[in-house]
Amino acid sequence: MSNQVERFQDPGLPEHVHRNADVDPKAAKRAEQQVAILFLLSAVGTVLTIVSYIKVPKDKFFYLPIMGSTNVQQLLLGLGLTASTLFIGLGAIQWAKKLMPDQEVIAERHEFRSEEVDRAELVETFKERGAAAGLGRRSLIKRTLGLALGLVGLSPLLLLRDTGPQPKKYFNTTDWAAGTRLLLDPAGTPIKASDLEVGAVAQVLPELPAGTERTLENTGKDAVLLIRLRPEDFNLDAERLSWTHEGIIAFSKICTHMGCAVALYEQQTHHLLCPCHQSTFDVTRAAKVIFGPAARPLPQLAITVDANGYLVAKQPFTVPVGPSFWERNSSNG
Amino acid sequence: MKTSQKVAGATANYVDERTGAAKWLKKNLTKVFPDHWSFMLGEICLYSFIILLLTGTFLTFWFDPSQREVVYNGSYLPLSGVHMSAAYDSTLHLSFDVRGGLLMRQIHHWAALIFMSAIVAHLFRVFFTGAFRKPREFNWLIGVGLLTFGIVEGFLGYSLPDDLLSGTGIRIAEAILQAIPVVGSYLSFFAFGGPFPGTSFIPRIFIVHVLLLPGLFLALITIHLMLVWYQKHTQYPGPGRTEKNVVGYPLMPVYMAKAGGFFFVVLGVTAFLGAVASINPIWLYGPYTPGQISAGSQPDWYMGWLDGLVRAAPPLETHAFGHTISWNILIPGLIIPGILFTGMALYPFIESWITGDKREHHLLDRPRNAPNRTALGVTAIVFILITLANGGNDIIATHFHLTINGIMWFTRIALFIVPPIAFVITKRICLSLQRADRDLVLHGRETGRLVMLPSGEMIEVHEPLSDAKKWTLTQHQNPDALPAPLPASATVGLKGKIRARLNRANAVQIPAPTLSDLKELGDGHH
Repeated sequence: MSNQVERFQDPGLPEHVHRNADVDPKAAKRAEQQVAILFLLSAVGTVLTIVSYIKVPKDKFFYLPIMGSTNVQQLLLGLGLTASTLFIGLGAIQWAKKLMPDQEVIAERHEFRSEEVDRAELVETFKERGAAAGLGRRSLIKRTLGLALGLVGLSPLLLLRDTGPQPKKYFNTTDWAAGTRLLLDPAGTPIKASDLEVGAVAQVLPELPAGTERTLENTGKDAVLLIRLRPEDFNLDAERLSWTHEGIIAFSKICTHMGCAVALYEQQTHHLLCPCHQSTFDVTRAAKVIFGPAARPLPQLAITVDANGYLVAKQPFTVPVGPSFWERNSSNG
Repeated sequence: MKTSQKVAGATANYVDERTGAAKWLKKNLTKVFPDHWSFMLGEICLYSFIILLLTGTFLTFWFDPSQREVVYNGSYLPLSGVHMSAAYDSTLHLSFDVRGGLLMRQIHHWAALIFMSAIVAHLFRVFFTGAFRKPREFNWLIGVGLLTFGIVEGFLGYSLPDDLLSGTGIRIAEAILQAIPVVGSYLSFFAFGGPFPGTSFIPRIFIVHVLLLPGLFLALITIHLMLVWYQKHTQYPGPGRTEKNVVGYPLMPVYMAKAGGFFFVVLGVTAFLGAVASINPIWLYGPYTPGQISAGSQPDWYMGWLDGLVRAAPPLETHAFGHTISWNILIPGLIIPGILFTGMALYPFIESWITGDKREHHLLDRPRNAPNRTALGVTAIVFILITLANGGNDIIATHFHLTINGIMWFTRIALFIVPPIAFVITKRICLSLQRADRDLVLHGRETGRLVMLPSGEMIEVHEPLSDAKKWTLTQHQNPDALPAPLPASATVGLKGKIRARLNRANAVQIPAPTLSDLKELGDGHH
């Protein structure tokens, strides 16, 4: 015994300590009143809610510090609702804590495992019923049922096929073609080189054939950003330089990473930044990615002017715009 | 007998004769629930879910889930005459022309944030106390499912108003679909009923948001609670608490009053937030159009970590054989979250494999007494926090005058370095806390009272701990509480070696003091 380790023993549940309200009737009475007051406050809250709903005009605003301009009715309705619910809760908890029995009780747990007998009997029953159905003997039924059940799920999957058309070449094309005029968005007017000062940025959309209405789907592919730099700021090869016009360069505005609008242009550094994931493109170097998760430059649109001096596309985009997809052939960028 | 008693008796009789409920109710009305503040976290999840159902139903009476184009002519003048979808238009109508509409929208959004926060807090509680151990693995899996569906449900919910911010979120979701190899373009076209944005997506996610997922939530929550009820709640160790009993307050009346009251408290707090704290002011963002965006685009917090991962991804794409694979989307958007969530779901089984412990556990661990598990949990939290911070890198950059590039590079490196450091530090802290417990049991509590002995020596009086406290601090290392060592047969081969190594790491503990230790120190010790 002597060299055996002696351990601390579980002293058992500590003795119950009575609360003030358990022994002092006055304290119990006070607790009762507290609970009642809390419930009454809830009722007041409901009245406040009803009055604000009926009496307060819904277009009245006032200025609150931190929160700014606030709709009076919404605020009062909310505060009424807060009071009417919060005080019920606080009242109930106060009641439980002060007046309801607070002696902890012990309940026994039971192991979840079934008795051996029951488990054995279950296996027996299972085998017996299975045998009765002929599961073991009639393998033909078993196999064909397996086949049927394996296939039955295909029908609902197949029925989902018509949730949308096939993409076909959709992701590869835009509405830009040779000679398409650049229209200012949202004005919808054609634009001349002289309309853009050096350092200016404009969003343009392609002029659609007469009678075609512009949709959000068009915009999601066609949006183009025009930026005018001093021609000497460009650092482009001869071909890409020929795609610009008097220092105006055009890029797809749809981020090659995840399709957000690349809308932040930093005039000083000539960087375009996508606000979604901060991919950064260098305008002077044909929108080369200089930072962030985007893996490809923004596609450049070749532009020139038509006979009337309006800016037009020289040719369609040479690569698909927007984020990547499996069928995209990225060998030319 | 009073009339009220008679009526109650007659009703009870009527119901019981048709259902036999009396026996079940008699037993369950006195069911015992242990009391601890951390057990309320799961309750907050349940209550905010109920609030979401109530406020959400209200919102559907006015919300029009349609992408049909309309011209706005409601009472919010800055958007007068603007073309927008019926979804956005009806959300504006709810916010400005329905009494209490904005309040309900805001309560709904706040309740969703609370729902997700409470799920995560509840997950932490369950993880760090080891409550997921046998027999509660099913409930752990259901919980991981609820968290996953909760993230999806929240994302769909804030996507419904079709404002510029949420439309941008949908655009990103579309890009993730599109990036899936082989079938991506098809999945995108099927999901959107054609090209993005189309007119099918809002009606489709609406039915998922208000019927499919809530139905799934209801089913999973019901099973979750039935299992809690049937398996009885876990409890923290302490005097009188054993693996074989459950100590606490009976359902009726104490728990009914406390839990019922707590529902109203959660409702009241959410209503207060909805009343005073503006959230998702969609009228400021404008209607969605793919050509525009607002700076500082941010998802809700439970999506923020994913966004942060995507932002930190290096620009990797594979271009070969006429095909493109976007690793910069697949890795942060699908692969890493997949690994994290699978690992989380499997953790109870992995831990039980490492320890070889197949016994039932109803007494919770104090986190310090499971240093490896605690360190692993902190590692995961630190990883997610870094990604979450990176999800707001633009906001952090403008507020703290840092460069986005600097933050992004910090994130890219920190994601690999900081979590392992967090693991080591947490494990050390756990072991130090165990040492502190040991000191406390052996030397008692410092009282701060200085006494000068006749010899002139100054000592601080230490007060011995109560028997209850001594038991609480040492019970986890009693021989019957510790798992048996792995059998030699389990440690053969590579898999066995890994198992043995992990088992050793997992078993590192500061020996808890025993009564013998205390006696050995003798009385002369202060």
